[in-house]
Amino acid sequence: MDFDFGKYAFYVWGCYGVSAVALIGLTVLSVVAHRDRAAKLKALQETLAAEKAQKVDA
Amino acid sequence: MIISWLANPERFSKVFAPVRPYLAAATAILFVWGLYLCFASPEDYQQGDTVRIMYIHVPAAWMGLFTYLVMGVSSFFGLIFRHALADAAAKAAAPIGAVFTALALITGSLWGKPMWGTWWEWDGRMTSVLVLFLFYIGYMALHASIEDETRAAKSTAILALIGLVNLPIIKFSVDWWNTLHQGASVFRADGPTVAPAMLWPLLIMALAYHLLFVWLWLVRIDCEILSRKYNGLRARISFREGGA
Repeated sequence: MDFDFGKYAFYVWGCYGVSAVALIGLTVLSVVAHRDRAAKLKALQETLAAEKAQKVDA
Repeated sequence: MIISWLANPERFSKVFAPVRPYLAAATAILFVWGLYLCFASPEDYQQGDTVRIMYIHVPAAWMGLFTYLVMGVSSFFGLIFRHALADAAAKAAAPIGAVFTALALITGSLWGKPMWGTWWEWDGRMTSVLVLFLFYIGYMALHASIEDETRAAKSTAILALIGLVNLPIIKFSVDWWNTLHQGASVFRADGPTVAPAMLWPLLIMALAYHLLFVWLWLVRIDCEILSRKYNGLRARISFREGGA
């Protein structure tokens, strides 16, 4: 394996760099958004369950 | 039959949640293997080391088209059967397709400069791929601009279906018009014209890109399901509080 691409280094590494940043970025954003939505929904469901339990007690 | 069974958002989430970690692992393994082959493959006798751009440019372009097809089919089902999951599937695919298409344009430009002597040319292939990217952006902008989910689903589905016309234009643009871009060299009736030492890294990377798409798509569909559930609950609370 040779990583010295001579006069084409900028173009080759540029392509791999941009692709890595874009695909890793998309992955991180998607996973973070998913975790965030799951946490928000869980918190809301717990609040509603607590309210329901309070009403039953009352 | 299976599709209609899976069309239930709750069931969809339950079925695919355990599959996602395995898909993520398979994607990572294929990327490591594919990248190793990308750098271990020989340089081209004419293009030199710039041929290594092919291993990430071509799969990105294929995925830009494939993702739009997925978005179009999902939109069709959403429009005909008015099923929320179909709209969620189309909406989830759009940002992934936009990124793949943007990568195809950027890496294509970075390949074009040393090989063709230009970053950009307004020819059939490049212009039609730019139009594809604009369809993705338009789809996402339209979805974001309409608050009512049902109206947004209907309007964006129509836009996605109109955009499907562009797919054969992209595919056959190199045959229909004079272009700097080379013609098909993998999916040909008489077989691929790419040497096996370069074809294998290309196919492995294409498979890695496909798996990445499927995994990201499943994550984003589930995210959309959770969002809609959350918004539904919030709306019910607001209605109850407003009525009290």
